[in-house]
Amino acid sequence: MKPVDTQSQLIDDIDRRLIQATQGGLPLTPRPYHQIAEQMGLSAEEVMARLQRMLATGMIRRIGAVPNHYALGYRINGMTVWDVPDEQIDELGQQVGALEFVSHCYRRRRYPPKWPYNLFAMVHGQTAAQVEAQIQIIAQVLGEFNRGHQVLYSTRILKKTGLRI
Amino acid sequence: MDAIARKIINQLQGDFPITEQPYAQVAAQLEITEDELLQQLTNLLDQGLLSRFGPLYHAERLGGGLTLAAMPVPETDFEQVAAQVNAFPEVAHNYARNHELNMWFILATEQPERIDEVIQEIEAQTGLPVYNMPKQAEYYLRLKLEV
Repeated sequence: MKPVDTQSQLIDDIDRRLIQATQGGLPLTPRPYHQIAEQMGLSAEEVMARLQRMLATGMIRRIGAVPNHYALGYRINGMTVWDVPDEQIDELGQQVGALEFVSHCYRRRRYPPKWPYNLFAMVHGQTAAQVEAQIQIIAQVLGEFNRGHQVLYSTRILKKTGLRI
Repeated sequence: MDAIARKIINQLQGDFPITEQPYAQVAAQLEITEDELLQQLTNLLDQGLLSRFGPLYHAERLGGGLTLAAMPVPETDFEQVAAQVNAFPEVAHNYARNHELNMWFILATEQPERIDEVIQEIEAQTGLPVYNMPKQAEYYLRLKLEV
């Protein structure tokens, strides 16, 4: 028998249906929450209260427009990966993440010796030269703690559907 | 893209209100009509300048699983492997990148334990190793892009 998974009880069936109804986007009609409520057979107040709760608990990061970097002219997408000492990574990660051109910055597991990199910072630019300059700035921030790095440029988007439940 | 479209993109990456008539409220802030805002948003989505408009869900906070995984795919098999990987509904994004590990995808699952199962299924179907690189810390996630 499958053990009870307490984590999945963070949301109930109505939340799950609400996520399914909105993960593709909000209706572009004057009263979008009322329209969702009508589709789901709920009151608009309940839909709004549930969305508020998910926002407050961080289950929703934000409600709004998701820009398409590529279509907006940011054609060069570089995943920069760095090998930095584990003892320094939290401080260095915060410094790199604070750079305004870094869109995400994470610590991830390594696969030594083939993949020694533990710090990932995604950068986007309109030209290759712009991205190269950004990489130099990250290298300066890391200084002597940079034990090696690579930049993996995306050559093609194979799939982009986002979260689906 | 005109000035008003730019203004809309910049403004709407923020906190869209949860109220009875949220578009009217935002339109008033932008000093345009609600109709104009709805029309502009429709156009920006149709043109692909916005990928989406709505709530951005946080998979892990919802109790789900999320990871980044990479595979070394021989060039001759690349299209076939891409089709096999993309066929999994748990694969949310997939990018080709210029490296020996040339396929990089995000897995998002409702149940955290499903991540390992999907990885094993992808390895079994493709005969290729999958490097699972889960996030160990998040230092930044920038949700906005000034245009």
